Amino acid sequence: MAVATEPGLKTSRYRKVAARRRLRYYGTVALFLSPWLIGFVALTLYPMVMSLYYSFTKYDMLTPPRWTGLSNYRFMFTNDPFFWKSLRNTAWIVLIGTPISIVFAIGTAMVLIRVKGGRSAYRTIFFVPTMVPAVAATLGFVFLLNPSGPINTILRLLHLPEPLWFQDPQYAKPALVLLGLWVIGETMIIFMAAILDVPAHLYEAADIEGAGPWQKFRHITLPMISPVIFFTLVMGVIWGFQYFTQAYVASASAGAGEIGYPQGSTMFYGIWLYQQAFSAFHMGYASALAWVLFVIIMVFTVIMIRTSNRWVHYQGGGGFR
Amino acid sequence: MQTPAGARGVQATSIVVASGRPRRAPSEVRRRRFLASVADHAVAIFFAMVFLTPFVYILATALMTKSQALTGSLWPRPFQWSNFAEVFRTMPFWRSTANTVIYALASTFGVILSSVPVAYALSRMKWRGRNAVFLLVLATMMLPGQVTIIPLYVRFSQWHLVGTLWPLIIPAFLGDAFSIFLLRQFFLTIPEDLVDAARVDGANQFQIMWHVVVKLAKPAIMAVALFQFLYAWNDFFGPLVFTGNNPKVWTLSVALQQFTTYQRGVLWNLQMAASILFMLPVIVVFFLAQKVFIEGVTLTGVKG
Repeated sequence: MAVATEPGLKTSRYRKVAARRRLRYYGTVALFLSPWLIGFVALTLYPMVMSLYYSFTKYDMLTPPRWTGLSNYRFMFTNDPFFWKSLRNTAWIVLIGTPISIVFAIGTAMVLIRVKGGRSAYRTIFFVPTMVPAVAATLGFVFLLNPSGPINTILRLLHLPEPLWFQDPQYAKPALVLLGLWVIGETMIIFMAAILDVPAHLYEAADIEGAGPWQKFRHITLPMISPVIFFTLVMGVIWGFQYFTQAYVASASAGAGEIGYPQGSTMFYGIWLYQQAFSAFHMGYASALAWVLFVIIMVFTVIMIRTSNRWVHYQGGGGFR
Repeated sequence: MQTPAGARGVQATSIVVASGRPRRAPSEVRRRRFLASVADHAVAIFFAMVFLTPFVYILATALMTKSQALTGSLWPRPFQWSNFAEVFRTMPFWRSTANTVIYALASTFGVILSSVPVAYALSRMKWRGRNAVFLLVLATMMLPGQVTIIPLYVRFSQWHLVGTLWPLIIPAFLGDAFSIFLLRQFFLTIPEDLVDAARVDGANQFQIMWHVVVKLAKPAIMAVALFQFLYAWNDFFGPLVFTGNNPKVWTLSVALQQFTTYQRGVLWNLQMAASILFMLPVIVVFFLAQKVFIEGVTLTGVKG
């Protein structure tokens, strides 16, 4: 018996078959998605809810969690000296370190783009530090920047001042920023691709108008790569708030295990949280710290997104300001 | 004499005359361009040297004697190659390497296994809510790890898995947002006709995925595998949290950090030698697979 003949096209038998086929299709979709679905529930949703719960308790893993209401948060904002200090240090890295990195990445990308031959060799040299494990890179820089180390030797030869870098509270964070600049390769490559994507006719039109290189950069290149700048900025900020490994390794190595060495200048939010959770086992308090961090990151991200349409210029309109 | 405004910025290297034969630019212009290119190269070389300097000094120090490494001198005298062997005697390097390899290989395998079907469903299958799920996947990429790690630690601790590599390996089999994103972007570029041809031949979704999409997406899958391997090899926070209490299971990153923590600048030469041994495998892998890495990075940044 024909299933799909006019006018009996949508017979109930046809509909049943189609429904069963659709069910099987969605079943396959669900099957394919299952690893991520399970992961989402087990590794994201569940832990987020649990950590929110823990943040209202006192929990040391030896006894069951004890409900304490808002006391963790109250302590955090009024009585915890390291909360504000670590927040300040983290804000420094986010507000100063991230923009410097982006400027440096764009700068090196522009330098590299102007080179016509052997570009891939240079690109490799700039990219390899990104591959280096953070622990090894940090140790390398702690050594390089140690007060009697090679960099200071060079500075001495050039009659420049020799900071104590990781031994000096004023210079510890700048030293970490230097480390961050060394591993700029990945970001640089992203910017290179974006800059090379800018349509040539825009530059040609500017040439006819008599624009100089800086004007071309400021009015063509920058607006056209602004989506990439925005993307890197957002990811950089989100990552900056979670800054941990480099600070932990640097302060442990330079300060023989004292976190935040020297004098708490490398006490970042992530470090304080780690110490509270896995050294002191204040699981409830650490969870509260984690949620405050999460809210701060969300607020920052929303602000960045909201203000982005003022300076981010998406292709589709094209052209200059 | 004023050159017209347009002539100043011309980039073309030759001027095609009516007869069609390219004509060489006048020697003035050629010389100016040559000098500009020399200047560009000089700047690039300067930057390249700055970037290479840390490697050079770390390697140099790795070859110094203990006392010379403390002096900040710039060239080892004599060359002490035995430092590399010494590293194996002063820290559990072999075992840490084995742990790191296990973690890296297992998690890479898990990520590929779990992310390919998800990316396939998100790109080559049509269903309601597909975009919403994709946005959700992206959102999880921006989630700070601190918010989820404490309950996960508690759970794994209750299951007596803290102090093993399992808490690091198991999540790899449950999908990885970054890999899913990369793969999905790539899968979208596969032409519809190939998929249609397979469907006409009676292939079901599994067969299409395996025989058509996966075969064509080998470069992207390679890139994902390399990224995950690199991430696991370099990972510090995860291993620190979940294996920190059990030295037998330390990965290289944790072992190296522990080894250097109480040094107070004493054994710089060994610390640097150990650092070099730690970074060597990934640098070698990188050189063998350069193109894959860089294409992968470009794929995320620009198409993202």
